[in-house]
Amino acid sequence: MKLTSLSGLYDSKSWMYLALATFVLCIVIPASNMLLPSTSILHISDYSVSLSGKILCYAIVALAIDLVWGYTGILSLGHGVFFALGGYAFGMYLMRQIGTDGSYHSNLPDFMVFLDWKKFPWYWQFTDHFWYAMLLVVLVPGVLAFIFGYFAFRSRIKGVYFSIITQAMTYAFMLLFFRNETGFGGNNGFTDFKRLLGINVTTPQMRMVLFVITGLTLISLLLVSRAIVSSKFGRVLTAIRDAESRLMFSGYNPLHYKLAIWTFSAMVCGIAGALYVPQVGIINPSEMSPGNSIEIAIWAAVGGRGTLIGPLIGAGVVNGLKSYFTEAFPEYWLYFLGLIFILSTLYLPHGVVGLINKIKAKKLAKSATSASASVPSEPA
Amino acid sequence: MTENTGQASAVSTGMATGHLLQPGVLDTSHGVVLYMEEITVSFDGFRALNKLSLSIDVGELRCIIGPNGAGKTTLQDVITGKTRPDSGSVYFGQTLNCAKMTEPEIAHAGIGRKFQKPTVFENHTVFENLELAIKADKGVWNSLFGKMTGQQHDRISEILETINLKALYHTRSGLLSHGQKQWLEIGMLLAQEPRLLLLDEPVAGMTDHETERTAELLNSLAGKHSLMVVEHDMDFVNSIARKVTVLHQGSVLAEGTMDQVQNNEQVIEVYLGR
Repeated sequence: MKLTSLSGLYDSKSWMYLALATFVLCIVIPASNMLLPSTSILHISDYSVSLSGKILCYAIVALAIDLVWGYTGILSLGHGVFFALGGYAFGMYLMRQIGTDGSYHSNLPDFMVFLDWKKFPWYWQFTDHFWYAMLLVVLVPGVLAFIFGYFAFRSRIKGVYFSIITQAMTYAFMLLFFRNETGFGGNNGFTDFKRLLGINVTTPQMRMVLFVITGLTLISLLLVSRAIVSSKFGRVLTAIRDAESRLMFSGYNPLHYKLAIWTFSAMVCGIAGALYVPQVGIINPSEMSPGNSIEIAIWAAVGGRGTLIGPLIGAGVVNGLKSYFTEAFPEYWLYFLGLIFILSTLYLPHGVVGLINKIKAKKLAKSATSASASVPSEPA
Repeated sequence: MTENTGQASAVSTGMATGHLLQPGVLDTSHGVVLYMEEITVSFDGFRALNKLSLSIDVGELRCIIGPNGAGKTTLQDVITGKTRPDSGSVYFGQTLNCAKMTEPEIAHAGIGRKFQKPTVFENHTVFENLELAIKADKGVWNSLFGKMTGQQHDRISEILETINLKALYHTRSGLLSHGQKQWLEIGMLLAQEPRLLLLDEPVAGMTDHETERTAELLNSLAGKHSLMVVEHDMDFVNSIARKVTVLHQGSVLAEGTMDQVQNNEQVIEVYLGR
């Protein structure tokens, strides 16, 4: 008997779905938006494209939180800070690309002129280089997560205590970024972007390119995450979630594992933030508000933790509802979000994916019993 | 004096065999695998262990008995690094000071532990539980990119045979019966290839037949490994014990063969209650 472990990357059916998703993201949506006349029923409007682009960014964040929460059992309520830092890092590059086209026609961004600064602060150095900005996008959230995680995990801070500290962290960063002297535009943040790599960033074509890049990034990160969780490393993560002390007495040091996945997750959030900023056209400290980070956790809970695909669905469902609600009944959105969260914890403990699996299992059981019932009726 | 001898004295010479002691490497050349000396542990003023001294020989199977609160579990916590002693020393072999090592380091050095309540990774299959436990490089890099060797596969196969779970190797371990989980956990210990096994109530919740088989298994392990078994089930202790240590209020009350211990006046008074 050949003994193997059960997990492979994906089965053939899932690969097919994945290929289909890629096809829709890269061919169908761009074609429908750019080639079909706006009168056609199949036309996807610019608004829908930019909304979907935003949601794809959120889906990347949901994927990142599933790695730490769903698989490793570490609930972060501060992932918004990593997302925003990635956004700010890329925003610095976009601000540099404005050049002298700002209201003050200065080399410096408007808010620096307003503060009467004469030159860029040291941390703005080299941010006019695209590749350096790309590096900052992953390094800044990564380094912050590494330092924060090292001290928190080494002190064996767990559960709700860890979650509360992450809330405090994102709140502290929000206050820091609200200050004008911090050098990131204070409460207005960065906006009025003009170019990316010298190309006008506001055209529909550019928007479509960013949308497709976001979609492809999401799918590649999904594959990478899947490879991680189906490796032995992933099984160690789940073991940390389920029985950490057993794992320690088996000779594993949970600190290294937690730190690795936590830092990776933060970097993924940074990438999502960097893709988000040019599509939305603004980044400001409100992205770091504690509420935002809680919302991220809700996406994962609604979609189904520990499934990778679930949180992506959750991000889509919750944000789809959000965009409808904030238009139709703007003042009630937060109540409704709270309601979704309560209902999903009460009735869908495993989220949307859990529900789908349950229905599938029921169907399977039904067809099994009907098949066994039909056996005796067959002539012997 | 040359520089060489200066170095040698810094490392110190093993007296019995005349070889050099290497720090960080398990050395049991004196025939003793675990030394505990004058260990004291208190929780909020309560002395869970009180100047406890104990040593276990290589290949020995030692049973620890004692009434509730005698300090049996705390003793194992101290050995595995979960609890730090307030005073006293714990040495694994002659060179490894457990009081200065973390839990994973101690596990890696060769002490395996089975908890009182069977603890396995419930969402993993039986096979995956053993895969996680098997002796290997347990760092992040190897877990991400390493592959299991054929030898490790054979070893897991062998252990599945020993713990009687071969047919269930693809079953999620959360679905196993209580006794099967106990066995799986023992199997995970074996996979670690420890020199010293600490077993906290290994037959709790097992049927008579399972208990018998566990006794057989433990008896077969003694010699190759050193074992420390904490147990309440006196019949079971009788069936495996060569040497028994009785704990009472955090100290060793008596030590000897089962007969000696059972006839000890003090032991009868505090524990056996006859």
